[in-house]
Amino acid sequence: MALLQTQNLTAHYGDFQALFGVDIELGEAETVAIIGANGAGKTTLMRSIAGVLRNDAGAVSFDGVSIGALTADEIMAQGVAMVPEGRKLFPSLTVEENLLIGTYGRKTAGHWTLDTVYDLFPILAERRHNPGTALSGGQQQMVAIGRALMSNPRVLLCDEISLGLAPVVIKDIYKAIPQIKAAGASMIVVEQDIAQAMAVADRVYCMMEGRVTLSGTPDSLSRDDIHNAYFGASH
Amino acid sequence: MIWIDTIIQGILLGGLYALFASGLSLVFGIMRLVNLAHGDLIVMGAYLILVLVTLLGLSPFLAVFVAVPLMFALGWFLQKFLLNRTLGEDILPPLLVTFGLSIALQNALLEGFSADSQRLPTNALTTASVDAGPITLGVMPLLTFASAVLVIVGLNQLFYRTELGRAFRATSDDATTASLMGIKPANIFATATGIALVIVTIAALYLGLRANFDPNIGPARLIYAFEAVIIGGLGSLWGTLLGGIIIGVAQTVGAAINPEWQILAGHIAFLVVLLVRPRGLFPRAND
Repeated sequence: MALLQTQNLTAHYGDFQALFGVDIELGEAETVAIIGANGAGKTTLMRSIAGVLRNDAGAVSFDGVSIGALTADEIMAQGVAMVPEGRKLFPSLTVEENLLIGTYGRKTAGHWTLDTVYDLFPILAERRHNPGTALSGGQQQMVAIGRALMSNPRVLLCDEISLGLAPVVIKDIYKAIPQIKAAGASMIVVEQDIAQAMAVADRVYCMMEGRVTLSGTPDSLSRDDIHNAYFGASH
Repeated sequence: MIWIDTIIQGILLGGLYALFASGLSLVFGIMRLVNLAHGDLIVMGAYLILVLVTLLGLSPFLAVFVAVPLMFALGWFLQKFLLNRTLGEDILPPLLVTFGLSIALQNALLEGFSADSQRLPTNALTTASVDAGPITLGVMPLLTFASAVLVIVGLNQLFYRTELGRAFRATSDDATTASLMGIKPANIFATATGIALVIVTIAALYLGLRANFDPNIGPARLIYAFEAVIIGGLGSLWGTLLGGIIIGVAQTVGAAINPEWQILAGHIAFLVVLLVRPRGLFPRAND
C-alpha cells in the first residue's frame, strides 16, 4: 500500500481550476519527482497535500488514513513536512531559530537534530546566529530543507528546491538528498530541472495544465515521451 | 530643581503610559491587529480588580493575582472566537469590530457600575514617598515605572528566549508557512491577546490606584497608548517605553508651564516626533 496517495484530487484558486483529478502515489522509502512547466499545477498539488490549499474534491491519504480534511499544522504533526517554494524562511529568526521552529510543540525522536542538520549542511553551523534572510539563496534553501527535516517527517515534500539557484549550488543541495533518503524519509521532489529530477527519483510524474500526463521510472521514459508530456507538443 | 523634579515625574508617568501601550504593541506586532477596545479593556480590568477587592476583601495588589488568569482567559477566547475571524487582507474588519467592542464595553460598564468615579482603595504604601536628595518621589510612580520595565524585560525574554516567542515571531512573519511548521496561528494569536490582557490588568492596577476612573475614560488611555507605540516605532517594546516617557515628560512639562497644557503638550510631542521620524524612533527593519 502506498504511504501517501492522492485520488482524483481537484483544486481551485477562486474560479480558476488548477488541478483536474490528480492521482499520485508515494511508497515507503521511495523518492518521486514531479516535473512540469510553470503553471502545470505542481506547486498547487504540493500545497493541497500539505493542507495549505483546501482541495475541493478527491482524497489524500497518508499511511492509510485520510488527511484531506486536516489543517496544515495537523498534517505536519502526522509526519508530512514541506519545504515550500521560495524557501519562505522567517526573516525575524536566526538560522538556528528557523531550524528549531521545525520542532515546535513536539519532541520527535529521530535521526534529525540540530547537530545532524549541521553535519548535512556544515555552512549553516557557521552562520547559525545570522538572520536566515541574510544568507545566499542556496544557503537559505539548505535552511528550509533542514527546518522541514527537524520534525523527522516520514514524508518530505520539496517544492522547487533548485529554483533561482546557480547550477553549482543546485548540485550541492542535491548531494544531500541521498542522505535524507538514507535517514528514512520518503520524498516528493517538485522540479523543473528534468535531469536533476531523473537522477534522484525512483519514479517520475509529469504534469501539464493540472493533469498528470505521464508517469514511470526514469529508465522507462524516453526523451520524446517526456518532451511531449512536458510541452504537449504532439497532442 | 523644580525642572528636574518635573522631568523625573514625567519619566515615571511615562511608565504608566508604557504599561498602557505594551499590550497594544504586542498584539499589533504579532498580528497587525489594532485593538480599538484596548483602553476600555484597561478600564474593565480596573473594575474587575475593584470587584475582587470588594467581594474578597483583598488588597488591590493581591486581587491582581486573581484577575490576571481571568483576563488571560478573556483575551484568549476574545481572540480565538471573535477577533481571529476579522483578520485577513482587509484592515477594516478588525477596526470596526474592536470599535464596536469598545462601545459595547463602555456601555456595559456604565450599566453595571454607573457613571460614578471609582478608585481602588489606597493604603499607606500608595501614598508613601521617598526622598532622593532635593526631590521627593512617590512610591506608586516608582512602582509603576519598575513594573513597566519588568513587563518589557519579561516580554523580550519571552520573545527571544522561549519556544513560544519563536513561534510568535515566525507567525508574525508568515502565518501560512508557520502552519506548515506545525504551528496553529489561531492559537498563537489567542495566546498573544491573552498575554496582552495580562499586561492590561497590571496597567489597570496602577490606573485605579493612582487616579479615579469611570466607564468613559478608556478611549483617552487608548490614545496615549497609541501615541507611545507610534513614537517608539511599531513592534519595538523598548521604543514603546521611550514613547511613553516622551509623552509623560511632555505632559508634566506642559502642566508645569500651565496646567491647561498638560494633555495638549503630550499630543504636540507626538506630532513633532511624527514630523521628524514618521516611522517612529526604532522602526522594525522589515516592515
